[in-house]
Amino acid sequence: MIAPHLPVLQVVLPLLAAPLMVVVRRGGFAWLLATAASVAALGIALALFARVADGAVLSYAMGSWPPPWGIEYRVDRVNAFLLVLVSSIATVVVIYSRTSVAAEVPREQLYLFYTMYALCLAGLLGITVTGDAFNLFVFLEISSLSTYVLIALGRDRRALVASYQYLIMGTIGATFFVIGVGLLYLMTGTLNLADMAQRLPQVAESRPVLAALAFITVGVCLKLALFPLHLWLPNAYAYAPSAVTALLAATATKVSVYVLLRFYFFVFGGTTVFIALPMAEILLLLSLAAMFIASTVAIFQDNLKRMFAYSSVAQIGYITLGVSFDSVTGLTGGVVHLFNHALTKGALFLLLGGVALRVGVVRFDNIGGIGRMMPVTAFGIVLGGLSLIGVPATVGFVSKWYLVLAALESGAWWLAFLIVLSSLLTVAYVWRFVEAAYFREPDPAVARLKEAPLAMLVPAWLLVGASVYFGLDTVLTVGGASQAAQDLLRGGR
Amino acid sequence: MSGDLVLRVVAKLLIAFMLLFALYVQFHGDFGPGGGFQAGVIAAAAIIFYGIIYGLPAARKVVPSRVVETMVGLGVLIYAGVGVLGIVLGGNYLDYFVLSGDPVNGQHRGIFWVEAGVAVTVAGVMIKIFYMFAGRGRNGEPEA
Amino acid sequence: MRFASHYSYWITMFLLIAGLYIVIAHGNLIKKLVGLSIFQTSVYLLYIAPGKLIGGTAPIVTEQFQVYSNPLPHVLILTAIVVGVATLALGLALVVRIREAYGSIEEDEILEQEV
Repeated sequence: MIAPHLPVLQVVLPLLAAPLMVVVRRGGFAWLLATAASVAALGIALALFARVADGAVLSYAMGSWPPPWGIEYRVDRVNAFLLVLVSSIATVVVIYSRTSVAAEVPREQLYLFYTMYALCLAGLLGITVTGDAFNLFVFLEISSLSTYVLIALGRDRRALVASYQYLIMGTIGATFFVIGVGLLYLMTGTLNLADMAQRLPQVAESRPVLAALAFITVGVCLKLALFPLHLWLPNAYAYAPSAVTALLAATATKVSVYVLLRFYFFVFGGTTVFIALPMAEILLLLSLAAMFIASTVAIFQDNLKRMFAYSSVAQIGYITLGVSFDSVTGLTGGVVHLFNHALTKGALFLLLGGVALRVGVVRFDNIGGIGRMMPVTAFGIVLGGLSLIGVPATVGFVSKWYLVLAALESGAWWLAFLIVLSSLLTVAYVWRFVEAAYFREPDPAVARLKEAPLAMLVPAWLLVGASVYFGLDTVLTVGGASQAAQDLLRGGR
Repeated sequence: MSGDLVLRVVAKLLIAFMLLFALYVQFHGDFGPGGGFQAGVIAAAAIIFYGIIYGLPAARKVVPSRVVETMVGLGVLIYAGVGVLGIVLGGNYLDYFVLSGDPVNGQHRGIFWVEAGVAVTVAGVMIKIFYMFAGRGRNGEPEA
Repeated sequence: MRFASHYSYWITMFLLIAGLYIVIAHGNLIKKLVGLSIFQTSVYLLYIAPGKLIGGTAPIVTEQFQVYSNPLPHVLILTAIVVGVATLALGLALVVRIREAYGSIEEDEILEQEV
């Protein structure tokens, strides 16, 4: 009886949990409910992933109004992959946040934190699962609005300004997106993505459609923080509570990438995007700029959270680089990197949260010699850093391997060279951490530090472990990604 | 809080009608312009009006903060509950057709409860926003 | 001629650009939010205006009328308005908190305090 309703329950369970927390108003209960909702979402996502593994497409008619008139929830191999990613990261983060958030958020606001957390999760899952363009916008705003609140809960007063800046930029992005959707609706008369994909070829070359493509690209790229639209990201990541940073870095930008993929390949079809407009060249250029400029900026940061935030901007560049190839290998690389980077960055920010719990704001000058006092945490950060660089036997290597392959496939050997070169920049900032953590004598303040609590270490190391495991066993990740890539390139027709 | 007698008397006279109008907009939403969102805003406006004239503490006595916050959550729960009821009765989520033997009647019933949920949440949110902003003094310390 | 017949789009574009300009050009956090609201308003018009058919009636099926206006944009925009209200409320709440933390709502003065 439950099985046919899984696509909608995926979103409804966290959405139901949120108001319940507001009514009950207990921090502990809210955490339990948030955990239950996240675990349930993970279970549902895995079940959906298994059911679409053979290429089936699940369609769910909201309110029994058949698509394309009603809102359709549509699960295929592409978004099932994302659902698993988002819900598993959310589960790890919520377990972690019991200790971490209790230390960073006032007790009487705890239940509100988890309410926002559940809403954010519902929004992210909703964006991924829905097959309706306007519904997608609504979920985008649900997740964004709750994210602004979560960021503003950071202890530093700069969190408020960061949240405000993100609110302005995010709203502009979402509004651009909805303008694009509006233009598409005017031209096709439908909001259902699959239906839109079928009707678009008749009007594909018209100017409103090209304008819609431009609006959607800019809007979504603001949300996914493609260079140079990333200005909101470093501050938002740096000053948000640790758990929120990890959740955002691992899921929010990734879901936006999914939206971009969905529109580029499924709705517009690769031909419109990459032939009528020079999207491939634009994406390629911006991705390279992100990889080099953001990595360089990261090297000169003093705040570690900011450093890894800039590193996120750079890593998003790798993902969009994969998209710009418009080939199976390139897309596989992009999607796999989306998954891998989520694991790595999630792990890094969770571990940094442990350090932040002990020292406050994590800067290079107050963590000297931390490798001796917090060995487990420091070693985890090093492993994460190795994965960012792309050292073999970590996930980072797998995705960069596919990106280099795609570059060689398209005949651009210089691009393969650039990908490797940009990894060297990553070495530079990861080395800064290694140098500070292991080659400096612990000063008296550091010498008194204890290891991070187990309740935070275990979830963080789960992700570290995953980012090593999936570097060795690539059946699930590369397999899922290459199937998703093939489905995407086949388009919505 | 206003000491002006005219304002206080007029407010008392008007608030009853505002609440009545909110109910009218709520229940007439089936046949004409209206519905839960508008009704919720109008009902909240009545409370906010009362708060402006008689002061925030008086308004808090009529609708305590605790109740307001519960309203915010409860409305969403009613809405989502109607959706889940659709599943329980054998339809899809938010399926109103199965809520009654007659599908048209089911649609009426479904939208009625959904709009009721919307009204409760919207009224709650609007009052909550008013309480939060009005309760802050110039420099952040809570005002009595 | 086309200029006149497309006037709703011109108004849309004007609101869009004016709103975006205010967001970019003003340093006052409240004024930025005002600009953001104007910017969002342009979207309402973009959706609503094409929904109206000249001579069309409300979409209630009777035998007297054949031409109906499209009700869907109204529903969509009602949702968008709610989203806009929520964004504005949250933005204003943040500004209140920023004012308490920094004693200012001018962007340059806030940034000065952080150097």
